[in-house]
Amino acid sequence: MLEMLSNILQLIFSESFILTVVTASTPLLLASSGELVVERSGVLNLGLEGMMIVGAACGFGGAYLSGSIAVGALCGIVAGAATSMIFGILTLGLAVNQVATGLALTIFGIGLSGLIGAKFVGEKIVPAAHLHLPVLTDIPGVGGILFGEDAFVYISVALIIGIWLFLYRTRAGLVLRAVGDNHTSAHALGYPVLRIRMLAVMFGGACAGLAGAYLPLAYTPFFIPGMTSGRGWIALALVVFASWRPVRLVIGAYLFGAVSILGLALQPLHLGIPQQVMNMLPYLATVVVLVLISRTRGTAGSAAPASLGVVFVPDR
Amino acid sequence: MQLVLERRAERSTVVAVASPLIAIALTLVTVAVLFAIIGKNPLVALYVYFVEPLTDSFTLQEIAVKATPLVMIAVGLSLCYIANIWNIGAEGQFVAGAVCGSWLAVRTNGTDVGHWVLVVMLILGATGGALYGLIPALCRVYFGASEILTSLMLVYIANLGLDYMVRGPWRDPHGLNFPTTAEFDPAASIGTLLEGTGRLHAGSIIALVVVMLVTVLLGRTIMGFEIRLVGAAPKAARFSGFNADQLVLFTFAVSGALAGLAGIIEVAGPIGHLDPGVASGYGFTAIIVAFLGRLNPVGILFAGLFLALTFIGGEGAQISLKVPLDLTKVFQGILLFYVLACDSLIVYRIRLLRTVRKAAPAHA
Repeated sequence: MLEMLSNILQLIFSESFILTVVTASTPLLLASSGELVVERSGVLNLGLEGMMIVGAACGFGGAYLSGSIAVGALCGIVAGAATSMIFGILTLGLAVNQVATGLALTIFGIGLSGLIGAKFVGEKIVPAAHLHLPVLTDIPGVGGILFGEDAFVYISVALIIGIWLFLYRTRAGLVLRAVGDNHTSAHALGYPVLRIRMLAVMFGGACAGLAGAYLPLAYTPFFIPGMTSGRGWIALALVVFASWRPVRLVIGAYLFGAVSILGLALQPLHLGIPQQVMNMLPYLATVVVLVLISRTRGTAGSAAPASLGVVFVPDR
Repeated sequence: MQLVLERRAERSTVVAVASPLIAIALTLVTVAVLFAIIGKNPLVALYVYFVEPLTDSFTLQEIAVKATPLVMIAVGLSLCYIANIWNIGAEGQFVAGAVCGSWLAVRTNGTDVGHWVLVVMLILGATGGALYGLIPALCRVYFGASEILTSLMLVYIANLGLDYMVRGPWRDPHGLNFPTTAEFDPAASIGTLLEGTGRLHAGSIIALVVVMLVTVLLGRTIMGFEIRLVGAAPKAARFSGFNADQLVLFTFAVSGALAGLAGIIEVAGPIGHLDPGVASGYGFTAIIVAFLGRLNPVGILFAGLFLALTFIGGEGAQISLKVPLDLTKVFQGILLFYVLACDSLIVYRIRLLRTVRKAAPAHA
């Protein structure tokens, strides 16, 4: 028993495990960062999974056809933003229920990605290269973790820092939060509520597209239909977990990344737990965390933006 | 000039009736354009998709077989959605029902125990689905956790549980190592209704009964009134003392039970055994069916038949037109977009707003 525990601990604190955690967390961080901005503007886009999977298919297609990871990532970003525009036009332009439209976007996205990706199933690409700095990367223990990641990891960290600066240190960020907390007042003050929300939705779509593209470009170097396997939904839960705050989002993303690969990492230890049960961990953890978070917060004192998910039709 | 939305003085009844039809028409046009783009004759493609399945007894029966789970699940979901409760985990409740019901079929396999087995299986399936549906409902009522996310997470958990059962304890010892249970005994199976090659089974009749029961529930009972009131005017419902928590538990239990029943019917009927692929997205497609049917049981019946038609048509098109099967899912997604957009026009109208130009010199 003790020996097994020490084996598990040894594994968890090994450099290779932490490296995999970072890779597993990055798509979650990218997708939830975008969604955080969307929800801060008062829009609930449940179509994250759909935008991610379209981003994955287009990202892989772009990279496969051009031979460049950067082009692939760009294709993912554009595809994510384009699909999010469908959501934006419906919910903002036509005042359609955001929950239903988000679900529609996911169903549509899963179909579309299958259609786009069908040509690429079974193909392989060279995955995104990892950074290598002469001395720094070779520092034992931490070098590889800090200075040996792929470009997406650094982008995701830069992105969330940028979002923090934007939300709390710029006027535009203040306006965006105002729109999310009280769209009627923001409208009365003369801010273009719907335009701001549309831009936020497209930003969220771009982030989701990039997050999806990360999977076939860096995580596994091939495309399989449905390869996002619920990561979009977990990213949505992460935003709730983080109480709509960027710093907590980073912590949450890495915690969930760790949980999601724990099952795979513990496989060689032969703990006698069925693989399927281990694979349930990220989903079980999401349910448990949602319950705990919602419970401590109570229903009244929610940290959610006050206008989240509420339809807004400007009067003139 | 600018397009703006304007709230109608009252709901437009004309648009309310026409909206699903307009949505279907718009989808057909979009589909035709898409086919033209990928270089297929749009008229031929539409014929293969939407008319050809109606010309043959076998495919007609297949449509009913496909529509059966879709209608049963969607009718349950509509109860939730009317009351603004978001159960999107019907796929998981379907699997839970299939697994619970199959337990008895697996246990009694090869013994000669009589037809009560099937009845108990159906009850177990509905119970399993209801209990599984109650998990997100309880999480919401007691802890305030978003039922959207928890019900969806439970889909993945249910699928992994199913996978474990059919690869582990329930695997058919004579199944050549395939992840599947043994074929169910005739006593544990739902037989076909018609002589010949079709697969139409008694489950379709159960689906029709469900449609009738839910119509009565919604239109003729206090519970149905409560569901509609909470959806239309949540504040008024609260003031009049309706218990919102009870409603969450009730709608989740009913929709879970119906999804679970659909699950065990699918397994005991057309499939005949339990394998990891039994759900195949019915729980998600049923969301489209619920909205296309305008959250009305009879509407859902027609919507389910229409969606089933696109599935069967899509399979036909895959063979005769060599188009990928995923095209059907794209069509269904587009259809849902149009349905939601048209529904918005029941409450709002679009107005063209002429912005008055500042008095700028005409020749500038």
